[in-house]
Order: sequence, then structure tokens, then C-alpha cells
Amino acid sequence: MAKATITFEDINVTVTVPAGTRVIEVSEKVGSAITYGCREGDCGTCLMKVTDGWNNLTEPSVLEDKVLRDNMAGKHNRLACQAQALGGKICVKPA
Amino acid sequence: MSAFALENTEGKPVAVALSERVHWVGAFDPDLRTFDIILKTANGTSYNAYVVRGNAGVAIIDTVKEEFADEFFARLESIADYSEITVIVLNHLEPDHTGALPELMKRAPQAQLYISQKAQSMLKGLLKQDEISFIPVLTGDTVSLGDRSLYFLHTPYLHWPDTQCTYVPEEKTLFSGDVFGCHFCDKRLFNNETGDFRFSFEYYYAHIMRPFKEYVLRALELIEPLPLKLIAPTHGPILRDRPERYIQRYRQLSSPGLHSELSPNQKTLLIFYISSYGNTRRMAEAIYKGAMQVQDVRVSLYDLEGGEVSPFVDLIEDADGLILGTPTINGDAPKPIWDLLSSLTVVNLKSKLGGVFGSYGWTGEGVRLVEDRLRGLKLRVPIPGLRVKLIPTVDEIMECEAFGLELAQELMGLRENKIINFADLA
Repeated sequence: MAKATITFEDINVTVTVPAGTRVIEVSEKVGSAITYGCREGDCGTCLMKVTDGWNNLTEPSVLEDKVLRDNMAGKHNRLACQAQALGGKICVKPA
Repeated sequence: MSAFALENTEGKPVAVALSERVHWVGAFDPDLRTFDIILKTANGTSYNAYVVRGNAGVAIIDTVKEEFADEFFARLESIADYSEITVIVLNHLEPDHTGALPELMKRAPQAQLYISQKAQSMLKGLLKQDEISFIPVLTGDTVSLGDRSLYFLHTPYLHWPDTQCTYVPEEKTLFSGDVFGCHFCDKRLFNNETGDFRFSFEYYYAHIMRPFKEYVLRALELIEPLPLKLIAPTHGPILRDRPERYIQRYRQLSSPGLHSELSPNQKTLLIFYISSYGNTRRMAEAIYKGAMQVQDVRVSLYDLEGGEVSPFVDLIEDADGLILGTPTINGDAPKPIWDLLSSLTVVNLKSKLGGVFGSYGWTGEGVRLVEDRLRGLKLRVPIPGLRVKLIPTVDEIMECEAFGLELAQELMGLRENKIINFADLA
């Protein structure tokens, strides 16, 4: 199975994950400061900054795009509960 | 006695001139005692709104809280006809300044609404209308009123994300929104005539602007170069006597205090604890010892029982890292820990280092709960909390030292990247 690595820069931890893993599935277990609210892409609490490997994540859905806009997200921001790792190297931190 | 009238001979509220072309059309709320749940005010507040007249248009800058709309409209009508209004500016969309907006838009439908770029999505949430015509503006955008003009300054997070200020260069007047404002109700209106509002000014800054110091400093870079005769905020006295003093005070209040005493390569780490039987205290002392081994980390150790919350909040605001030691009593961290944590919303903690430890008797939930709270406050908590059952053994004391050492190393960027396999995560 294809693998990806997600580095949580705020805590300096890298996790090797199977492709398709959502960031939410990993970040709480390792103790990153990305916080969650609804966990279903609606509230925008889990906004994170993707500092490397933007293209190694699934593209944001139309709904995620709307939530990002509503939350005045910067251009390198994603919702950790929605973004899935596709492969390669990804670096994230709380927005 | 003031040199101006607030009412006409029939007792109807009228506008107050700030200059020949600028008028105050706000409202007084002397009975307010609590604002936004979190702020006290001993003599109420004012909702300041303004009219700027040019030879080719009239601008309304901000409105008032909905309940005070009648007073606002009466003052406005005393100085301008609705058909003359060409521009409405909202410096931020908080309801106490936008309450009269829907009615104003009905009475002056030809007026063009100007809001900051960041206010766009909020406007829909506020007015609950789909079709609202507005122009979003950023720093440097201008609107002409003929021989007067409006120049916008993008000053986000002071204190709402969408905050902007509006400057009228021909009047050397800054309409600053809530910046430089305070909850102080005094019908003499101007800072050289009102009672002493220094406390209210400082209190307002401490509760409203303090969490956004970084943004205050950025905004001051835009505001300080402006030639200024007058600052017109949305609450409290209008600052016409030496307005630059208030700008200087904002710079003073927003500049870091302790950091000036540190060399550039040093970082500060604070350890706070509370302890019933001395076990969490022993852990704290060992963590302190461990952290002291790392060069250039200035570590301090405090017993929460020995101090007031407020100075501790000041210390935490300036620190780079915060470690909390809490016992568990009845399944929770004790109240002094939560009192401190609930007081930290007035300071910016984002990306500071956090850590938690504590001794417990039965179940030890306190440490995990406090870790979650630190994450909620946007601290990074890279090392799982350290818990010890009752009295720490010699080995456990050594673990505490290692915990302190590791946190101090993390603070200085000396800790190596940890690589974990997803399958190994619990």
C-alpha cells in the first residue's frame, strides 16, 4: 500500500501513514495542537497550515472550500478533518 | 459646562460639531454596567458615530446599537438629509456599531456601503440578506467626497478580524473604530473636558486589545505616520487634546516587557504547580532541575498557592514555555489551576510550548484535562503529560528530571524529530 509521511511541525513528530489517512486520524494521537470541533468539515476549528506537500493531499471539496472561505483561511490552509494524505511528504502545523 | 448643546430647544438630540465638516451623531448608554459579558463599566458607555461632509458627498462612519437608533437618527437628521448620504463606512461589524445599519440603508438606499475585505462573509451573517451591495476595501483605498476624502487602513483583529480605520486627511482625523476607545459615558464628549477616564482606557485595552498585541503593533505602523489633530473612536471620549499620547500608550502597552531583559538567544520557561501533600511539588522541583540543565533557558518555578492570578498571566504572556503541575481531586484538576487557565484568554499563547504533570491518588484525570485545555489555547504540547501515583519514587523523580530536560530542549529546538509508524499509535 502507498505510504505518506505527515510531519506535525508544532511538535516535531513525523508519522508514516497509509495513503488515504486523514490528518485528523493522526494529529490527536501524537498530541499536535490542531484542535477539532465538529469533525465533519463544517465548523472550521481544525484549520491547519500546510507548509510542504500541498499536492500530496486530496483536493478540497466544494464544501471544504466554502468553509475555508467563510473562515477567512489563508491560501495554504486546509481543514485537518477533511484533508487526506495521498503519498509523499506532507508538513502541517496549526493555522 | 460644555460649549455645545446635545439637544435642541424642543429636547430633540442634535449632532455635535468636531469641525465645520465633521459631526458626532452617536448615542449615550449611561445605564450599561456589563458589556459583552466580560467587561465591566462603572458609568456606562457611548456608541460614537460620525458624519463627514464633502462638497460632493456625505459619509456616515459607523452607527450605533439597535436600541439607540432613534437617538442616532435624530442627531443625523439635524445635520444631513438622507438623500445627501453617498457613503456608509463600517469600521467593523460588531452589533453595537451596526445595529442601526439596516434602517439607515432603507432611509438612504442610494448610499454605497464600504467595509473591509475581511468583513464580507460577516456582513451576510449580520444582515441575513442575500443581496447586499458593498465595496470591500484595503489599506490605501480611498473614496472621494469632493473636497474631503476617506482613506482606509486595514487593521485586522483590533479587536474583530474585520477591523479597519478610516482617515480623513483634509481634517487630520482618524476614525479608529474600537481602537483607542473605552467604555466611559460622559456627555462632555471630548477628552479635555470629560472626567478622568484613564482607568477605563487601560481596562479596555487590557480586555479587548491585549490578546492582539502583535496586530496592534502592525496597525500602529500605519497610524503613527499620519498627521493627526483628532482621534474619533467608537466608544468613550473623542481624543482631540494631544491624541498622539494615546497612540504612544498603545505602543507601550503592546511592546513585550520581560523580553527586553533577555539576550536574543535566551528563552523563558515557567513552571507553575499546586500541591496538597507535596508530591506534585517534588515533581515540579525535579522538572525544574532537569530544565535548568539546558543552556540559555531561563526557568522559573512558582507555587500557584503563593500568588494572585493576574501577575501570573503577565508572566505567561511574555514567556516562551509553560509547564503546569496539577494533582487530581475528584477526577479533575483543582480550581486554582482552572482559575489560571480561564484567565489566559486575554493573552496570546499561540505556539508557546506547553507541558503538564502531576501526582494523583486514584485515577489522575487532571493532567489529561489540562493538556487538552492547553491545546485548546493553541499551545503546542509535544510531550505527553507525566503522571505519578502518589509519592514519587527515586526512579520517578529521575523521570521528572528527564521530562524537564526534554521540554527545555524542545524549547531551544534541540530535540530530534521523532518518527512514528501509524500502526504503532495507540
